Amino acid sequence: MEHSYDLIVVGAGHAGCEAAAAAARMGCRTLLLTIDLDKLAHMSCNPSIGGPAKGHLVREIDALGGLIARVTDRTAIQIRTLNESKGPAVQSLRAQCDKRLYAQVMKEELERIPGLDLRQAMVERIVPPHPQRAVATVPPGNGTGAAWMARADRFTVVTHTGWTYSARALVLTTGTFLRGRAVTGQATWGAGRAGEAPSVALGEDLAALGFPLVRLKTGTPPRVHARSVDFGLTEVQHGSAVPVFFGHYYAQAPDEGLAPSPLASDAPPAPAYHGPPAPVYPHPTLDGWRPQLPCYLVHTTPAFHAIVRENLDRAPLFSGVIEGVGPRYCPSIEDKIVRFADKERHGLFLEPEGWSTHEVYVQGCNTSLPEDVQWAMLRAIPALRNVELMRVGYAIEYDAVATGEVGADLQARRMPGLFLAGQINGTTGYEEAAAQGLMAGINAARFVRGLPAVILRRDQAYIGVLVDDLVTKEIREPYRMFTSRAEHRLLLRGDNADLRLTPLAHELGLVDAARATAVERRREATEALRATLAGHRIYPSATVNTALAAVGIEALSQPMSAAELLARPGVRYDQLRSALAELPAAPGHVADLVEVECKYGGYIARQQREVARMQRMEGRPIPADFDYDTLPGLRNEARQVLQRFRPATIGQAGRLAGINPADIAILLFALERTRASGPLQPRQETA
Amino acid sequence: MHDDTIAAIATPPGEGGVGVVRVSGPAARAIAARIFRPLRPGPLRPYRLRYGHVVDPESGTTVDEALLALMAAPRSFTREDVVELSCHGGPLPLQTTLTLALAAGARLARPGEFTMRAFLNGRLDLSQAEATLDVIRAQTSAGLALAQAQLGGWLARQVRAIRATLLECLAYLTVVVDFPEDEVAPQDLGPQLFTSLAGVTELLRGAEQGVVYRQGARAAIVGRPNVGKSSLLNALLRADRAIVTPVPGTTRDTLEETASLDGIPVVLVDTAGIHASDDPVERLGIERSRVALATADLALFVLDAGQPVGADDHAIARLAADTPTILVLNKADTAGVEPLSTAAPALDLPRLLATVRTSALTGAGLSELTTAVARALLGGAPMASAEARLVTNPRHRDSLRRADEYLRAARDGWNAGHPADLIAGDLTAALNALGEITGETVGDDLLDVIFSRFCIGK
Repeated sequence: MEHSYDLIVVGAGHAGCEAAAAAARMGCRTLLLTIDLDKLAHMSCNPSIGGPAKGHLVREIDALGGLIARVTDRTAIQIRTLNESKGPAVQSLRAQCDKRLYAQVMKEELERIPGLDLRQAMVERIVPPHPQRAVATVPPGNGTGAAWMARADRFTVVTHTGWTYSARALVLTTGTFLRGRAVTGQATWGAGRAGEAPSVALGEDLAALGFPLVRLKTGTPPRVHARSVDFGLTEVQHGSAVPVFFGHYYAQAPDEGLAPSPLASDAPPAPAYHGPPAPVYPHPTLDGWRPQLPCYLVHTTPAFHAIVRENLDRAPLFSGVIEGVGPRYCPSIEDKIVRFADKERHGLFLEPEGWSTHEVYVQGCNTSLPEDVQWAMLRAIPALRNVELMRVGYAIEYDAVATGEVGADLQARRMPGLFLAGQINGTTGYEEAAAQGLMAGINAARFVRGLPAVILRRDQAYIGVLVDDLVTKEIREPYRMFTSRAEHRLLLRGDNADLRLTPLAHELGLVDAARATAVERRREATEALRATLAGHRIYPSATVNTALAAVGIEALSQPMSAAELLARPGVRYDQLRSALAELPAAPGHVADLVEVECKYGGYIARQQREVARMQRMEGRPIPADFDYDTLPGLRNEARQVLQRFRPATIGQAGRLAGINPADIAILLFALERTRASGPLQPRQETA
Repeated sequence: MHDDTIAAIATPPGEGGVGVVRVSGPAARAIAARIFRPLRPGPLRPYRLRYGHVVDPESGTTVDEALLALMAAPRSFTREDVVELSCHGGPLPLQTTLTLALAAGARLARPGEFTMRAFLNGRLDLSQAEATLDVIRAQTSAGLALAQAQLGGWLARQVRAIRATLLECLAYLTVVVDFPEDEVAPQDLGPQLFTSLAGVTELLRGAEQGVVYRQGARAAIVGRPNVGKSSLLNALLRADRAIVTPVPGTTRDTLEETASLDGIPVVLVDTAGIHASDDPVERLGIERSRVALATADLALFVLDAGQPVGADDHAIARLAADTPTILVLNKADTAGVEPLSTAAPALDLPRLLATVRTSALTGAGLSELTTAVARALLGGAPMASAEARLVTNPRHRDSLRRADEYLRAARDGWNAGHPADLIAGDLTAALNALGEITGETVGDDLLDVIFSRFCIGK
C-alpha cells in the first residue's frame, strides 16, 4: 500500500477535481480524497455551468487543459448562447447539465489520468510539517486514540478510520463542509451539503493552526417533482438551435477520448463535438448535434408574495438564526420580496436536473423559510398549484479562510506547501472553484518541484482577475465573477482563450504538443486571413454591388478593403465570401475571430494601450518577506492593510482599499533602497 | 529605468528672466532634435551649451530663442538622458516650448517625478529621498487644501453629482450584461447621458477658460499697411491701465506687447512693427502675417473702414482661414464709411467670430473690441460661471477633457444602438477620468449601486 505522495488534494468538488487532474498531468504522484466518490464535482446547487464571466472562466480552464468544459459538453441537457447582441467580449455559453451524469463523467475522466489515485475518506486531521518531529495527537472522541509523528518536510493527513497519508504539498478544497450548518425555518442541522455530514474536526483543526475564519452563507431552492407541474401554464425556453460547445475541440488530440482528430489528416478542423457515447442517458451524437431538454419560466404572484410576508417572522434570515453573510447577487426569495417591495413579480426558472430524473430545480427561489411556507408559496403559482416538493430549500453557513491568508499563488502564507482553493477562499460558483483548483494544482505541483509559481495577470485571463481580487479585496460576501470585474475584458474574450493560454498550458505540461500546434495554426490562419482582408481592395462596380446586394450587404459608394467592409455592423464573413468568391475559405473558428477584430479593432486597440500604460507599475515585485514595520513615513492604516494582504506586486498594492498614491511612492522608495543595499528575492512570476 | 520620457517647466511659475523646460528619459535627445534648431549645425554633445531656437516642427515657426544643455545618462540628475532648454521666462514661451516637447513624445511629469526618478535610479541617497517625499506629500495635501479653500469643494461636489448619475447608467448596462436571464426593465439612458455630458462640458468650458485666464493667449494684429494696426495696438494698451512690460526680445521681427483685456493677459503681436524699406511691402506683410498667425490663438484682422476690400485683404483672409478671427473696421471716425455689413461677406473668413467698428483715434468701439477678444479667447462660448472658471489646474482640465471625450463616445454609441458592453467601456473610462478629480475609481461602488437598484440573481 502506497501512503506517500507528492501531493494530496482534500475534497473532490469542482476545485479539487481540477487541482488533482492538473497536478497529475504535470507528473506529480497525486492523491484525491473525497467523502463520497459518487459525488465528484457534485453540483449541490443549480446543475448549470457558464453564463457571462463564468463561461469565460470555463473557456480559460479548457484552454489550460482542465476538465470542466469537456465534462459539461458531455453531460449538458441544454446549452445556449447569452448576450449575443451585447458586445463581443460578453457573449458566453450557459449549459444546464445532468447532475448525476456530470459526477459520473467526471469520475471517468479522473480515473483515466495516470498517476492520480482516488480514495473515499473523510479527513479528520492535518499534521503540518514540523522541524522537530513533534507528536501530534488526534482530539478525543475520534475513536482511534492514536498519535502520529509530525514529519520535517511532509504533511500528514489522518482520515476518519485512522489511516494516514503523507505528501510534500497539500491542496485543501473543503467547499461548504467546514463546520457547515444548514437552516430551514427553525430547523438547523450540521451538514456539508444537504444530506451529507460536515467536516467539523477539520474546521477546528484549521482554526487551531491559526487560520482566521469568516462565516459565509449561501442558499439553495426547493426541488419539485416534474409530474406535479402544469407545464401548459409555463413559458418554454429552448436551447441553442446550432451546435455550441465550451471546449476547444478543433485542437483536441485523438488520445483524449474524443473521435479521431481532424488534425491527423489534412482536412480542416471540424467544429462539431466528437465525444464518446455517454454510459447511460441520451448520448451526444458522434458527428453533430443532439436532443436537448427545454427549461420553463413561471412568475411569482401577489398571493405568493403575501404568503412570504405573513411568515417573515419565521424566516431565519430575518430572525437572526443565520449569522453568515450571503451574496447580494444570489438573494433569497424572501430577501427579494422585502427589499424590492414594489416589484410585482419575480421570474422563476424550472430547470430539469437531468435526463433520467423527474426532479426539477426552481431557479430564483433560494429560501430558508420553513417547509410548510415553501409548499404554500409555490402552490400560489398557477403552474405549480399542485406542486410536490422533493427536497426542501435551505440556507447553509460555512467557514471560509479570511482574506489575506493566501497569496497570488493560492499558497497559505502561514504554512508553505498548503494551497487553498474554492469556497474556502470565500468564492462561490463551480467555475470560480474550478479555476482556483486548477491554479492551486499547478502551483502545488511547481512547489513540489521547487519551481516558481505561475500567476496569471489581470490582462491575461479572467482567472488572473479572480485570483488578484482574492488577494487584494476584502471578502464581505461570497465572491462571484462578473464581466464588470475585468477591466480589460475586450481582450479576455471567450473566442481567444486558447490563443491567450494554451501556449502556457503546453509549457507547463498540461496539454500535449499536438494541441499546442493546433492553437498556433489557428493563430497563424487568423493572422493570414486578417492580412489578406486588409490588403484586398473592393471597387464599387455594378457587378460587385449586385453580388453584395444578393447577400443583403449595402452597396459600396467608394473603394474599401474587405476588412473595412467586414467591419460594418451585421456583415458576416461567410456572407461576404458568397458575394466575393475570390476571398479565401476559412473555418468558423478563424473567420469569427477575424470578424470580431475587424469590427471592434478600435476599441480593442485602446484597451491594449491602457494595458501597456498600467503594466509598468504592475509588474514590479515586492519581496514576500518585505518588512512594512520599519518603513518610515507610512501611515498606520496603510501599514496594516499592506501587512494583511502582502501584495506580490506594486500593482496589487495600488488596488488595495485604503492605499493611496503617496503610500505607493513610499513603497517604491523603500524597494529601491532594499535593492541598493542587498540582493532581493522577489516573488517569482512566470506568465 | 523608465521607458517613457517626461517633461515639465522646471522653474517657478510667473514672470522671470529665464525659464527652464526639463526633459528626462530615453527619448530626451530625439525630442530635443525635433524642437530645437541650433544656430550652428552639428550633433549635440553632453555638457556643452548650445545656442539656437525652439521651433514648432510642424509649421517651422520659431517660438523662442534658447540655450540647450544635454546631460547624458547616467551622469545626470535622474541618471537618464536629460535635456534642459533655457528660454525666456514669460509663461507663454515656456508653455509653448513644453507643449512642443509633449507633442514630440514626452509625457507631462507629475509633481516630484524628476526627483522620484533620481531616487529610483539610485542618484539620491535616503535622506535626500525622504526629504523629497515630504515635499511630494506636502504638495498633495497643500494642493488639496488650496483647492478646497479656493472652491469650497465646489468642483468635487459637481463632479460627484455627475459621477453618481453615470454610475447608475453603468449599473444598468452592467446588469444587462452580467445578468442576461434576469428581467430588467429597459431603460433609456439618453436623457441621463445628455445631462451628464452637458454638465461635464460646462465644467470643461470653465476649466478651459480658467486656464486661459491663468496662462494668457496670443493675438496677432494683421492687415494691410496703413490701416491703423499700430495705433490700434497703442489704443488697446492705453485702454488697459495696468500696462504690462513688453515681453523682452522673444522674436525679433515683430513687436509684442501684453495687455490685460477683460482680465485675460493677451500678448498682442503687431505684424506692422518693423518695416524693411528694401523689401516689397506686400510680400513682407504677407510673410509677417503668416508667421504671426501660426502661433496665435486669435487674429485681429484690421481693415480701413474707408477703403474698399482689396486683393491684399483677400490674401490675408486666406492666411487667417485656420485662425479664429475678429474683423476690426478701423478708422470708423473718417467720412465715407463702408457699411459694416458688406465688408465681412466680401471676405472669405471661415472662422470669423465677430466684427467690430473702432476708431483708434477717438477710442470708440475699443471696449466692444476688448469684450469680443475676451469672448473669442474663452472659446466663443458663453462665459462659464465664476466658480467654474476657478478650475485653473491643468490636471483637472485634462481629466475633464478625457471625461468629455469618453462621455461623448458613450452618448453617440448609445444613440447609434451600439452593444451595451462597449458603451459600458466608454462610461467606465469617463467615470475614471472624473474620479481622478475626486480620487475615486470604479470598483465596489458599482456593485453597491447594482444591488441596491436592481433585483437580480438566482
